[in-house]
Amino acid sequence: MHGASANTPREAPPHRPVADKPLLRFITCGSVDDGKSTLIGRMLYDAGLAQDDLLEALERDSKKHGTQGDDLDFALLVDGLAAEREQGITIDVAYRYFATEKRKFIVADTPGHEQYTRNMATGASTAELAVLLVDARKGILPQTQRHSVIVSMLGVRHVVVAVNKMDLVDYSEDVFRKIEKDFAEFAKHLRFLSTYVVPLVAKDGDNLVKSGAKMEWHKGPPLLAYLENVAVEDASIVAPFRYPVQWVNRPSHDFRGFSGFVCGGNVRPGDVVRILPLGRDTQVARVVTYDGDLDSAVSGQSVTLTLTEEIDISRGDLLCSPVSPAKVGDRLKAKLLWLVREPLALEKSYLLKIGTKTTPAIVKAVTARIEIETGLAAPLREEGETLAFNAIGEADLALDSVVVCDPYVENRETGGFILIDRITNETVAVGMVESAQSPERGATALLEASYSSMEGLPTLPPSMLSRRRALAKAASWRVVGSALTFLIVYGFTRDAGLSLSIAAVEAVVKLGAYFAHERIWARSEQGASDGENTPSLHDAGL
Amino acid sequence: MNALAIRKLGHLDRLEAESIHIMREVVAECERPVMLYSIGKDSAVMLHLAMKAFYPSKPPFPLLHVDTTWKFREMIEFRDRRAKELGVDLLVYSNPHGIEMGISPFVHGSKLHTEIMKTEALKQALDKWRFDAAFGGARRDEEKSRAKERVLSFRTAQHRWDPKNQRPEFWRLYNARKGPGESLRVFPLSNWTEADVWDYIARENIPVVPLYFAKERPVVRREGTLIMVDDERMKLLPGEAIEQKMVRFRTLGCYPLTGAIESEAASLDAIIDEMRHSRSSERQGRLIDHDGSTSMEQKKQEGYF
Repeated sequence: MHGASANTPREAPPHRPVADKPLLRFITCGSVDDGKSTLIGRMLYDAGLAQDDLLEALERDSKKHGTQGDDLDFALLVDGLAAEREQGITIDVAYRYFATEKRKFIVADTPGHEQYTRNMATGASTAELAVLLVDARKGILPQTQRHSVIVSMLGVRHVVVAVNKMDLVDYSEDVFRKIEKDFAEFAKHLRFLSTYVVPLVAKDGDNLVKSGAKMEWHKGPPLLAYLENVAVEDASIVAPFRYPVQWVNRPSHDFRGFSGFVCGGNVRPGDVVRILPLGRDTQVARVVTYDGDLDSAVSGQSVTLTLTEEIDISRGDLLCSPVSPAKVGDRLKAKLLWLVREPLALEKSYLLKIGTKTTPAIVKAVTARIEIETGLAAPLREEGETLAFNAIGEADLALDSVVVCDPYVENRETGGFILIDRITNETVAVGMVESAQSPERGATALLEASYSSMEGLPTLPPSMLSRRRALAKAASWRVVGSALTFLIVYGFTRDAGLSLSIAAVEAVVKLGAYFAHERIWARSEQGASDGENTPSLHDAGL
Repeated sequence: MNALAIRKLGHLDRLEAESIHIMREVVAECERPVMLYSIGKDSAVMLHLAMKAFYPSKPPFPLLHVDTTWKFREMIEFRDRRAKELGVDLLVYSNPHGIEMGISPFVHGSKLHTEIMKTEALKQALDKWRFDAAFGGARRDEEKSRAKERVLSFRTAQHRWDPKNQRPEFWRLYNARKGPGESLRVFPLSNWTEADVWDYIARENIPVVPLYFAKERPVVRREGTLIMVDDERMKLLPGEAIEQKMVRFRTLGCYPLTGAIESEAASLDAIIDEMRHSRSSERQGRLIDHDGSTSMEQKKQEGYF
């Protein structure tokens, strides 16, 4: 069974049923001391999910580092780094895993301190829901707003506002209602699909797992019950097919597959897919896995696809639906969150990584900054302003080569990118595509239309291909045109020499004129289609 | 496309796809990756995922086992058999200085033994073959400082980890760039829990070392822990006696440092059932974790996996 280089497939279908539960990934965030770590620690404890030896360690640690007097300090269950335990703050995202009867949870517990905003954004990028903690005494703080804006920007569509420390405001419904109203007012631009506001006392467990006896005026479920039942749609399942090629799988001469992660829609053998940026359509032959071929692959699966034709495809290319193809461009308009202390330098060459493609890129200009208090775009304060540590703005980027992408609002995975410093290799910014533009847009549009009905074109980049086609078309027309000119002049003059000269001169002059004429028209077509193809997020807030 | 035919992915499907994606990214972006194979259940799952990730190709990297020379004999047999069955390259490395010095956990204690035979040996092996990325089977639910670690964890040329200055990781975008001499530790199982690992082993029928299943084994009770007498290097202390007990192991490491648990669980179903009702955490049996509440973080900063 063992081939020299090939991996042996599995002989029997191995799958045996195990309890598979739906998964919810959520993030907790809030200001320093709002009690995020306490909330998670207490929830694990009350739900009976903290193990005995960990609880013993908790008792020991509470005596040593605890901030709760003689009581258990539940934050110590989750604050794992020595520096965190000593300073009593959370520095980095901690991931927690727990499961109840109904659901499995992955929690990203993120730091409140502004200095660690980038760690908070890390947690938000994969979350489906955010629990925003608010101290009942303090209400909605700038840091709460900042976190709301960031989670909204990173595409989190469901939030829970957990109003903590209600004991310190005498469980007052008025205080709670005011915070509820303030948040609704502030968040109206942030495009959250669902918002649940719940009053609680994390350290006592009120309204965490059980309803709080002193807050009977609150009719909603406790936090854990809400999280167990909240419906979060996976938008990528219904999105158009997207498949960034990760790795060309070539174990032998007779197999050539493209390994990747489906990050939008689904695919089956026989489907026509478009290869971008190449722009060519082809057909999927097989969906290959170690457990045998599949009759379909859906968003969220890692598979290997083979195609019916031999086409040169490499890492960084993307297979997608030909009906709703991704965008191709080397100019991006995007939102950027700056992650490091050294500010953004315009015209400096960074590396941009989007999907499986990495290319050098420069930021041409920051066009607007995002007001952290509102999440709305505001004009720059001065000419040439860039982005400082933790600042958010809108920017124009110019890339060394074209990338394939979608607006971030349409697909998180094909619309999100990072910028990397070429010297330090640090990740300096995270970006969200708003629109992509290609300098050869008109020509590309023309080409895409012709592709859907033809096959077997030479595999050239679209821009080059379109130029070549335009030239060939011009030349063939010229042969016809020049022959006619020669005949007409000869008919009038009966002078073969003169006719030939006029035809030759005309051929050269008109060839150039025709080509220029074609390009000018192509450019105006681009202008006409710009309006519908570059969605703007300005009016939508974020 | 027919929406009805779209299957729903469960959490194990999602974890599997995520791990495979991580492995492929690292193979695509690093020059000389290696998979650290510690023979335990997490390594078994990681190896299985590697077979899936690159199929029909073989995993395009070797396995590396850092052998402290104090592993259970059954682990070594299992290691060699699995590598042969799957047809993957296996490298084995032990710290020659440690062997020369005769380092023994019984004589030199767990701390020094781990430092020399594990941490130091790992660094030597990575340097020897110039590996620039090493996959490890660590999970975030194992221990508090691991809960904070990124999927791609950056190491300096001296193999040190700086927990306060980790690269942010967004979506599925991993920044694998590094300078000369620097390397990455990669944790494809970051988001798996102990329960997920066992459920997946059951679902996929993945072979694991028989030590995980309960059987009568010769053990000695020492400082409250049941140590299995795996070879003649274990000398009995005054008052100690070898007992035959039904035991199994929840994690596997060096035999003098790994406590057995008394258990009747002799099948996968029994193990899964036992784990679900357990009130103690997995690494409780690992003696090296108890050298202080932050000892794992310290070891990691020094280059331990």
